[in-house]
Amino acid sequence: MRVLVCIKRVPAPGGKVLITEDGTDIDTRHLGFTIGPHEECAVEEAVQLVAEHGGHVTVLTAGPPEAEEQLRYALSMGANAGVLVEHGAHDPQATATALTETIRTLESEDGNFDLILFGNESADVGNYQVGIRVACALERPVVGGIKGIDVADESTHVLLHRENADGVEVYQAPLPAVAAVKEGLNLPRYPSIQGRLRAKKAPLRTVQPKTAPGGLRTVQLRQPPEKQHETVVLGYGADAADSVVDLLTEKGVV
Amino acid sequence: MLLVLVEDDSGAVSGGSQEALTLAHGLATDLNVPVHAAAFGTRGEFAATLGAYGVSTLHLLEGPFADAYSPECWGAALAELVRHIGAIGVIAAASEWGNEVLAHASARTGEAFASNCVTVDAGQQWSLTRVRGGGMLLEDAELAGAVKFVSLTPGAVEPAELPIPQQITTDSFVPESTDTLVHSTIVDRKSRGAGVALSTARVVVSGGRGVGSAEGFESLEELAELLGGAVGCSRVATNSGWRPHSDQVGLTGTKIAADLYIACGISGATQHWVGCMGAKSILAINTDPEAPLVTRADYAVIGDVHQVLPAILERARARKQVQGVA
Amino acid sequence: MNTLPGSADVVVIGAGIAGNSVAHHLAQAGWRNIVLLDKGPLPDPGGSTGHASNFIFPVDHSKEITAITVDSMHQYEKLGTMTTSGGIEIARSEARAEELKRRMASATAWGIHSELISPAKVAELVPFLDSSIVKLGFWTPSVAVVDPLQSGALMREQAQALGALTVSANTEVTGIDTQRGRVSKVRTDRGDIDTDTVVVACGVWSPRIAQMAGARIPLVPVVHQLIDVGPIPELEQTHSEIGYPIVRDMDPLMYERQSGADLEIGSYAHRAIMHEPDDIPSYEAAQLSPTQLPFTQEDFDPQMEDALELFPQILNTPGAGIRHSINGLLSLTPDGGPLLGETPEVKGLWSAASVWIKEGPGVGRLLAEWMTHGSTEIDLHSADIARFYPNQRTTTHVRARADEGFNKIYGIVHPNEQWESNRGQRLSPFHPREVELGATFFEVGGWERPHWYESNRPLLEEYADRISDRPHEWDARWWSPIINAEHLAMRERVAMIDLTAFAQFDVSGPGAVDYLQRMALAQVDKDVGKAIYTPILDYYGGFRSDLTIIRLGTDSFRIITGGADGARDKKWFTDHLPEDGSVAFADVTSAVCTIGLWGPRARDVLSAVTEDDVSSQAFPFGTAQHITVDGVPTLALKISYVGDLGWELHAPFEQGLRLWDALFEAGREHGVVPAGIGVYGTTGRLEKGYRLMGAELELEYNPVEAGLALPKVKSPDFIGKEPYLKAREHGPEATLCTLTMDDHTDSTGVRRYPQAHSPILTTTGDRIVDSKGRGAYVTSAGSAPTLGEYLLMGYLPAPYATEGTGLLVEYMGERYPVTVARAGRTPLFDPDDERMKA
Repeated sequence: MRVLVCIKRVPAPGGKVLITEDGTDIDTRHLGFTIGPHEECAVEEAVQLVAEHGGHVTVLTAGPPEAEEQLRYALSMGANAGVLVEHGAHDPQATATALTETIRTLESEDGNFDLILFGNESADVGNYQVGIRVACALERPVVGGIKGIDVADESTHVLLHRENADGVEVYQAPLPAVAAVKEGLNLPRYPSIQGRLRAKKAPLRTVQPKTAPGGLRTVQLRQPPEKQHETVVLGYGADAADSVVDLLTEKGVV
Repeated sequence: MLLVLVEDDSGAVSGGSQEALTLAHGLATDLNVPVHAAAFGTRGEFAATLGAYGVSTLHLLEGPFADAYSPECWGAALAELVRHIGAIGVIAAASEWGNEVLAHASARTGEAFASNCVTVDAGQQWSLTRVRGGGMLLEDAELAGAVKFVSLTPGAVEPAELPIPQQITTDSFVPESTDTLVHSTIVDRKSRGAGVALSTARVVVSGGRGVGSAEGFESLEELAELLGGAVGCSRVATNSGWRPHSDQVGLTGTKIAADLYIACGISGATQHWVGCMGAKSILAINTDPEAPLVTRADYAVIGDVHQVLPAILERARARKQVQGVA
Repeated sequence: MNTLPGSADVVVIGAGIAGNSVAHHLAQAGWRNIVLLDKGPLPDPGGSTGHASNFIFPVDHSKEITAITVDSMHQYEKLGTMTTSGGIEIARSEARAEELKRRMASATAWGIHSELISPAKVAELVPFLDSSIVKLGFWTPSVAVVDPLQSGALMREQAQALGALTVSANTEVTGIDTQRGRVSKVRTDRGDIDTDTVVVACGVWSPRIAQMAGARIPLVPVVHQLIDVGPIPELEQTHSEIGYPIVRDMDPLMYERQSGADLEIGSYAHRAIMHEPDDIPSYEAAQLSPTQLPFTQEDFDPQMEDALELFPQILNTPGAGIRHSINGLLSLTPDGGPLLGETPEVKGLWSAASVWIKEGPGVGRLLAEWMTHGSTEIDLHSADIARFYPNQRTTTHVRARADEGFNKIYGIVHPNEQWESNRGQRLSPFHPREVELGATFFEVGGWERPHWYESNRPLLEEYADRISDRPHEWDARWWSPIINAEHLAMRERVAMIDLTAFAQFDVSGPGAVDYLQRMALAQVDKDVGKAIYTPILDYYGGFRSDLTIIRLGTDSFRIITGGADGARDKKWFTDHLPEDGSVAFADVTSAVCTIGLWGPRARDVLSAVTEDDVSSQAFPFGTAQHITVDGVPTLALKISYVGDLGWELHAPFEQGLRLWDALFEAGREHGVVPAGIGVYGTTGRLEKGYRLMGAELELEYNPVEAGLALPKVKSPDFIGKEPYLKAREHGPEATLCTLTMDDHTDSTGVRRYPQAHSPILTTTGDRIVDSKGRGAYVTSAGSAPTLGEYLLMGYLPAPYATEGTGLLVEYMGERYPVTVARAGRTPLFDPDDERMKA
């Protein structure tokens, strides 16, 4: 099967998020970049699906030229080809258009992707919509929040598992289909040294589609106000046990 | 008019929808337009509640498609209604469901959608603030378009009913586009079974780097069982293979809403904090009195989890026994 | 949550391995009211200690670094935080195999048990390594892995148990106040602390903290890349953090060590990636920690291929992936050495910076000793922060040398290797002439000094029968046979040597005599016009320096010392100035230029350009006179470090060129040659048995052992007098000897020239160790062209320090027979000093 994974270059999480002086973006001077955790699972899933059923994994990203680093990371995990859509904005409508146009081009050359995977939402901006917009534009079924994907050989549909508070819902979607996946779908592999070396040499394709801006425009970013409050220290070491149990009693949980 | 997408919570209007209704009423007052509501299926019983929040018309989206959730069909149906009634804004709670349906509907109408907003000011453009990364950052943004789609972060608005309920009419809308749509279908449901769900547990006992190993979680499990709670963990614990991902509390894991969150040996990176900040009280057990989670917690014990937890277990069991006897 | 005391006896800033260790040893040494601060949390405040690879290879070519490392290993072992794994350095190339033989010699010299092993033996020790690409292994069984964070915690605990230490984490230093050049207060975001002593142990942040007090700590944070690859079943099966020897794959400048189920691969091969201390992210803003920066993959790619070549089996394990990869920050200094001791700019501000994990505990102990007693047992001259002149503490210089030096960390560095970057900092007035004469310049203290002159190449023919070239490239590297030719021309005719790099200090005032009496071993209260050569001792009676003092007037003196040690000497002298203002001290280095004019025709040349009487009667040896040379007022000293008739001529800097030209012109008919430091520092001095500071002379040896004790002990007190008297009474534990080579020929028939630091062994190949545990090694080595010998110096204990004793010297994996030619001070050349007194 042919699988496409759309990934995004995002600042690596870890420390406190700083904002640039002009307030319009995240200050990434001290940060590395990574693939969002949801999308890393998407790449892993695609590689596993292809390992099981045969086929080909293409990774696609819309971002700055530096996003090549994330494409190569995905390639080092086992993806077969990478496409960089040069596109600067976080605008979800424009991004969706850029991706849709690129996918149409790719599909016109080599045929449809059976499955297109997105992260449920991007790790930095989190607009919760790009994958759905692309799926709608391509007129394909799409389900979000996916933590399990089953495809039978020669099957015309895919089973998509999603968690809710009560348990798991299983959706069936006809292929070709789109899924927006979540971390927990699998445990992504670490790239092997051979994988890295292979990815380093793999050719990448770059496209520059034209897009029009959408209706959502970021004005500025702000730090949320930190709530001022006091921490009550109940004690030190094992001696604190009594105070803790008093607290548990007070909260009515013991 | 403004349209509020109403979410069903066990047969009632969900709390998040009530917040969305409150926001919509305020915006509608500023814009001098009425508020309508939309719900899927036969939900006539919502009318009274919706009237109390100032809704003048409830549109029930009906048809075979409405029997079981399908994101594509429900999104398309909502889009069709929006066009049909000429709504200028659509508001829903930023639940997974709300975000998904609004994303579909906005995509189908070709309009912009701002998810996870905390404040909205209506005008020609809407000025809004949305949260990024589960609350790590705030983004001020402008939303333009003939129809504005907005989802509201839970807890951002205090729900407020009107002193005098609005007269409400209910009509039925049967969309056409759903018949031919390529879409997914729910084919199976598996309930969670025994055990307390992390997202709804009253008490969560959670462990991080300080727990040190998979075996180290045994005492956390004992405490969770004693308190009738669930076990959670930080990303470190998942990545180290000590716990399954389904236990992870945080930005990319589960966001909890417990009465008490007991964080054992978790220093509290921001990505973790946004997953547990919904807890009413937080007790942090950590060797480092300066760890971020300790300074943000309501209560703290400074010490090694491996010494503190067994002592708590022992005392708590003793306390329970005494209560049992009494 | 922690409260800071309002005052402290000492504030240690930085709770990495260095700071913890300093605090611990200060407490052990009896200090109380110690405050240890860190802006990060404990136990890992986010500095380099938290991400280091934590292994220790004890062998270094530097004696002092090896000594500090061994001391540290003892401490780690005592703390129970050390796991011995053994370690192998491997050579893939012939050049590296030679280097490993040199390391073997250093191991023997410093008393570390190591062995050169075959590729088969390497494969036996590390079975998953592809030994087919290995030429030679250097195996050190005592190589170990330590836990520096745990060690730091234990050190703090012990100091706290003594009631000596307050620890305050998450406390950021915001300022350091000084009063009259001395530290007075440390300001923090949690309150201020009055103190007169501060230790800056802030690793990569040290420059920033020292700057607050107005001092420069010359280091730059540079990246060291490392990755962890795993899980690897072969490693996992050991069920330990480290179950196999650590491998240093020296040719591609990298290492591989087991870390649990992973193989950690570290590299010193990539470009030098430098950062600014002010730009390092805060603990909060950092992704992993402030000193673990985002990995830059492209810099590491070549290393992956190298690693794969050596460990194909385990690195290709299915499922093994790169689980961790960082650009870790460490500190790099202009010469790669640590920065220890009190800063020259600010009293009471001590540096414990640029310290590796392998050195941390030892540095702490030595620094505490230094702060407590004013001296250290181990000579730290190449670690002393005061070794740098101001021109070597600039950002430009530090960055240039760090950039150049990064790849030398695992490099093959010739002992005489010269730096290429940021040269030409300090030029004597003769420099244009020297360039015209085709000088090859070596650097000292930023000064450009001619080492030999291409213009003298024709002399090679003249002395063809007395000069032999060095056939082996390594022996001939940074050397020229022209040096020997210049030497012979000097001995036969006359030579001019540029000595402007001398550091020169004027000391004057009513307290000058008393002050210098206290500083110097020799009697300085001599007639005006006398030149006094004297050892300068430290409090333990070891060599702090040796230099010349000229009595210019009743209350005024000139101190002339070597360019290499001038900055340290200046600090030592200014530190001991009386506080009553009775002595004025002035550094006149930049005002004075110096030419050494020596050789049997020196008087002929000088008298041609001066009207002053320079006859031996009018201008006896060991005296100084102001004379006029071609109109240039010149301070002439009739002394010599090369053992020939002549003068050091000191002139105003701006008149130097005129002085040079006058002498050169007048010298023409006498066959004058320009000669370089190759003659002055090596051939000339070795023939005369003169000792060199930092080679023969250091803290660990006393004047009695160096043969520099004077017949009489002056009555005034001086620093080191007590131990000096004891040493005289006790006699030497070892005697500085001069040895000659019996045979230069190696097993392949090539003539070799052993260099300094080669171990001196018994004829049966055993190490020679004196009763104080000091091993015998070559302190200096070089040609003696007049004698037709190749000379070696070294300290030998009694049974061996006898003229005629046969011994062996180990050099590059082979042993050469040598003979003790002199035990003690008497030179082989002109033993009665007749030539220079002529």
